[in-house]
Amino acid sequence: MTKSLDLAPRRAATPSRYATFMSRRASLMPTFAAVAILLVLLISAQARFPKFLSPGNMSALLLDNAYLVVLAVGLTFVILTGGIDLSVGSVMAFTGILGASLLAQGIPAVVAVPAMLIAGALIGLLIGVLVQYFNVQPFIASLAGLFLARGLAFVVSLESIRVEDTFVLWLQRTRFNVGGWYITPTGIIALLAVAIAFYVLLWTRFGRTVYAIGGGEQSARLMGLNVARTKLMVYVISGVCGGLAGLLLTAYSGAGYPRNGIGTELDAIAAVVIGGTLLTGGTGYVLGSLIGVLVYGTIKKIISFMGAEQAWTQIIIGALLLLFIVVQRVIVTRSQRRR
Amino acid sequence: MKAIVKHRLFWPSVALLTLIAINTIARPQFILITVRNGELYGALIDILRNSAPLMLVALGMTIVIATRGIDLSVGAIMAVSGAVALTIIDGSAEPGSLGTVLIALVVALVVALVLGVWNGFLVAVVGIQPIIATLVLMLAGRGVALLITEGFITTVNSTPYEFIATGYLVGLPFALLISIAAIAVVALIERRTALGVLTEAVGINPEASRLAGVRARGIVFSAYVASGLLAGIAGIIYSSNIRAADANAAGLFIELYAILAVVLGGTSLMGGKFTIAGTVIGVLTIQTLEATILFLGVPSAQSPVFFALVVIVVVLVQSPRLHSWARTAMKTARTRGASDTGPRAKVAS
Repeated sequence: MTKSLDLAPRRAATPSRYATFMSRRASLMPTFAAVAILLVLLISAQARFPKFLSPGNMSALLLDNAYLVVLAVGLTFVILTGGIDLSVGSVMAFTGILGASLLAQGIPAVVAVPAMLIAGALIGLLIGVLVQYFNVQPFIASLAGLFLARGLAFVVSLESIRVEDTFVLWLQRTRFNVGGWYITPTGIIALLAVAIAFYVLLWTRFGRTVYAIGGGEQSARLMGLNVARTKLMVYVISGVCGGLAGLLLTAYSGAGYPRNGIGTELDAIAAVVIGGTLLTGGTGYVLGSLIGVLVYGTIKKIISFMGAEQAWTQIIIGALLLLFIVVQRVIVTRSQRRR
Repeated sequence: MKAIVKHRLFWPSVALLTLIAINTIARPQFILITVRNGELYGALIDILRNSAPLMLVALGMTIVIATRGIDLSVGAIMAVSGAVALTIIDGSAEPGSLGTVLIALVVALVVALVLGVWNGFLVAVVGIQPIIATLVLMLAGRGVALLITEGFITTVNSTPYEFIATGYLVGLPFALLISIAAIAVVALIERRTALGVLTEAVGINPEASRLAGVRARGIVFSAYVASGLLAGIAGIIYSSNIRAADANAAGLFIELYAILAVVLGGTSLMGGKFTIAGTVIGVLTIQTLEATILFLGVPSAQSPVFFALVVIVVVLVQSPRLHSWARTAMKTARTRGASDTGPRAKVAS
């Protein structure tokens, strides 16, 4: 009874409710825009190529971009604090070749895989220490990380190393089929990373501190939040994600290669920004980053369907990036005006 | 003596001279400069010649960083300008004629200028963070370069074009003369006119300088235009050196090396005070380090490890925390010294 009474005024108030929702959730806007762009891309691709939305093709979208999803997840943490991590692509290459070389020496995967993650974490820790304790700008600190990881990748091996370990290959070759859809363990790992990050960022003390630092580091410190530890942790998380991405990429390509992932940090940053995370920090969602990677992957796939130059991927991603930055800029100026 | 040590170019120069000294001790012929047919040859000359692209890019980067900005797109602009120049020469009837080469150079530089204007527009007019604004072109620029070369590595045989990187004029490599000219022009404009001071003012406090009547927007805008143009020239030298336009490899990581050179030279990334002499020393240090690493027999692919260590050492030396540690360490040493003399004084009395 009371419910039906409630319904009437709610219906009448719909437009203003919409307005309040939009003004309160302005930070969700860019993510919604990313979802809209993804849908438009998928629908128009389906109209052009009838086989585009086939289950097999859509499943491959996640499979092909699993490593980028993991990198974007790690990067989301860093960007939410207002920092940046340029090292992710190189860390991925370094841990990938490190893992491949350990496995080639007959070291079991039980040891090699944790070693990859720890190697990533150590580079992340180095960047974090430089940023937090020595006041180095994140850009420069992660630049050092980029150089270090890229050089170390070549120190491990100048050539690519094939992987014959059954566990690592199992990650890629196993397909759990549901109808025409399939998912590989690499895809599951990527989605798990997103799910864990989603939980951590929204519902844990650590996650909320990440947002608080991005919103205003000084205020977060005055609130008594542990800024130093959190800032250190986000770079370690990004490093671990780099290590995990190295594992996924090694499984995907069946080899470690020191030249992997040159420029991948830019793709990952673009995916995070397109997914609606503000580079100034404090606003953004890890699910948006997943959407951003899917937008990136879809564009790449459409271009390969069209048989056009892959160079168009970079140009279109650059244009999309610009579009989103301008949208974000408008949102930020608006919210500043409201204050 | 203290004035020399305190000078901000002291430590960068020491680093460069140390590197040269180490190289000379390891192989004495390093320092030798020989004259053949009235042209200078030697390891040092090679370093100077090979440093030309990085020198040009770093000069532009210095001005951009002085305005509190950063230009990540220089590598992509290099790739585009090289691709444009070589595609024009490749498509012309006479690749060897001077006229063709001149047209190619002008068009390539105009394109680079336009890309610089684009960056300047995004940063100064739209007001986007410099890192992100130039990231757009860094991503898209290489794609454009790949489209221009149609995904191939365009190679040409054109004597006038090759002269740019490998030719000699009045006994010196032509590429070196270009970089000397660029240094002179930039130094003249920035240090002999008020522009340099105004640039520093904008970098130190954009809002205050605007209120003081400085046209901050125009200064920031022109910094990106200059950086684009210099990167365009660098792209031409690079492609002339390898006689090919490689859209993927041209200028790869050069933005990072250029930023490193600027920081090594003592210009702060926070904007404001900048030093062109420091950047020149920074570039030469990087190039000498690269030559040293090659001489040591380390594969050049592994050289980033050394650069990472250099970056870490440089930023640590500059960090305030390390300075305060050093100060407290010195203070405790001094107080310990004082307390040591205390009891002794008592004994004496």
